[in-house]
Amino acid sequence: MNIRILGGCLRVFSWGAVLLLTGSVLVLLGYLLVKGVPSLGRELIFGQVDVLDAVLLRKRVFDGLFPAIAGTLSVVLLSVGLAIPVGVCAGIYMSEFATVLQQRVFGLMFDILAGIPSIVIGLFGFSGAIFIHKYVSNDFRPCLAVSVVALAFLVLPYITRTTQASMQGLSIQTRQAALALGATRVQNIFYVLLPQSFSGILSGIILAIGRCAEDTAVIMLTGVVATAGIPGSLLGSYEALPFYIYYISSQYTDATELMSGYGAAIILLVVCAVLFVLAFIIKRRLAGPAGPVAGEFHG
Amino acid sequence: MTRVTQQTARIVFFISAAASAMAAALVFGFLLVFGFPLIGGGEFFSLLARPWSPGQGLYGFLPMTMGTAAISFLSIVFAFPLSLGTVCFMGGLGPARISRLLDGFVRFMTGIPTVIYGFLGIFLLVPVVRTLFTSAGSGMCILSASLMLSLLVSPTMIIFFKDGFDSVDFRYIRAADALGADSVQRLIYVILPGAWPGIVTGVIMGLGRAMGDTLIALMIAGNAVHVPGSILDSARTLTSHIALVSASDYESLAFKSIFACGLTLYVLNALAVIAVRRLGRKRGQV
Repeated sequence: MNIRILGGCLRVFSWGAVLLLTGSVLVLLGYLLVKGVPSLGRELIFGQVDVLDAVLLRKRVFDGLFPAIAGTLSVVLLSVGLAIPVGVCAGIYMSEFATVLQQRVFGLMFDILAGIPSIVIGLFGFSGAIFIHKYVSNDFRPCLAVSVVALAFLVLPYITRTTQASMQGLSIQTRQAALALGATRVQNIFYVLLPQSFSGILSGIILAIGRCAEDTAVIMLTGVVATAGIPGSLLGSYEALPFYIYYISSQYTDATELMSGYGAAIILLVVCAVLFVLAFIIKRRLAGPAGPVAGEFHG
Repeated sequence: MTRVTQQTARIVFFISAAASAMAAALVFGFLLVFGFPLIGGGEFFSLLARPWSPGQGLYGFLPMTMGTAAISFLSIVFAFPLSLGTVCFMGGLGPARISRLLDGFVRFMTGIPTVIYGFLGIFLLVPVVRTLFTSAGSGMCILSASLMLSLLVSPTMIIFFKDGFDSVDFRYIRAADALGADSVQRLIYVILPGAWPGIVTGVIMGLGRAMGDTLIALMIAGNAVHVPGSILDSARTLTSHIALVSASDYESLAFKSIFACGLTLYVLNALAVIAVRRLGRKRGQV
């Protein structure tokens, strides 16, 4: 009898929780879309400048999001490009060579690094910039290069962990076939293990891209500014989409600026959603559900 | 030749792994060196509990510590029932098809940028709080920030809770089914008692996520530097305090204090990571 009442309560409670959670997120995102969609358009990104002129850098865009988008794009590409080789190599080592002790110690360090709040990573980049300013060159200030390095620190553990996990997830048959045919360990890694775990690594990289694109706390301490134009040099300031959203929310002066904030938020949300779906599909499609695909190889 | 390649490749892999591991130590080292003038005199712990009043030369960050504690605990209070209910739904109380959709939705939520939560907080949530509670002033308060944060930490908690649910031995569930248990009985008698390490892990990870987030508190908690007296008070978190640094004078104590904030966040996070790893080992992982 008691369990029946309890069960009923639990059922109501769980439905309520699901409706409240999904409902509030949908209301938030719906509000964003309803308010922001009218602002979407060519003008939002390029202002009064012709699209071709802007993309070919012939004219500077002053009243559009183009510089912020270009800034985000360059900071993301550079930092993920920096983190991928180191992260993948570290993941290979963790999966294929590390002793039990190394796995424990390095694993703990990766977990700590992964958990450091992004503002603290930003503070680290900021203090690095002060250090260089003091001891190396007086002209050095927080800039694109500092953000790139700090963001690379932020996503490094993700890439390492996904590489390690997807390589360790390979079946023993896959691992040993090439070795049995006389391949060396390194050949086995490059010709068999890496290609086989490619989809897992790729989806990890895409999630890392999303993490870089949305992060605001790291870049706000390491060189992002409200107006800088297209990033021209690694040592210069730059604009970025998430920082623009933050900046507009407190500094907007008229309705048009506020609307461009909504527009920027929609663009950032869509970019993150697309990256997320992409990572999901790659993981599903290329890896497939573990059972049947593994069966195909043996059949 | 191949021997050389073998050795080189192995060394490159090792250097990458060691360098990545050292990165965590490097961050700690920088914070320590820059915050040293405050920490050196053994003042670090008294700073945590001292008020902030630069005019009188006091740079304790009690207000920020309290702000972080209040906002992150309150967000867990909101997020815990939401997450537990959602996981129970996915664990058999709800229809399977909706559960699968819900699983995708929760994973999607992890990708929503926190600056967007902050932005919508300013223009949607804060006005509502301001209208509902007249004593909330501008509406930028602990309540607003923790409501928004609860949406940010829920997916983290749900994923770890679900992990805990899935780690319950399948044979126990089958045995309960064979004895004629329905989905509610299975949940209450078999799954929930077995899933507690996952639930504790989820709460710790959620707390870490809430403490480490900057943008939501920065944008909608109001950032006033005083020890908050109620959840309708404005407050500043450790993370916002770092974000609001005005880097005019690198030598000032006010500036050095942000490194003490950073160290505090770093150490709390490291403790959480160690606790979670302990729990994982207890469960037979790691």
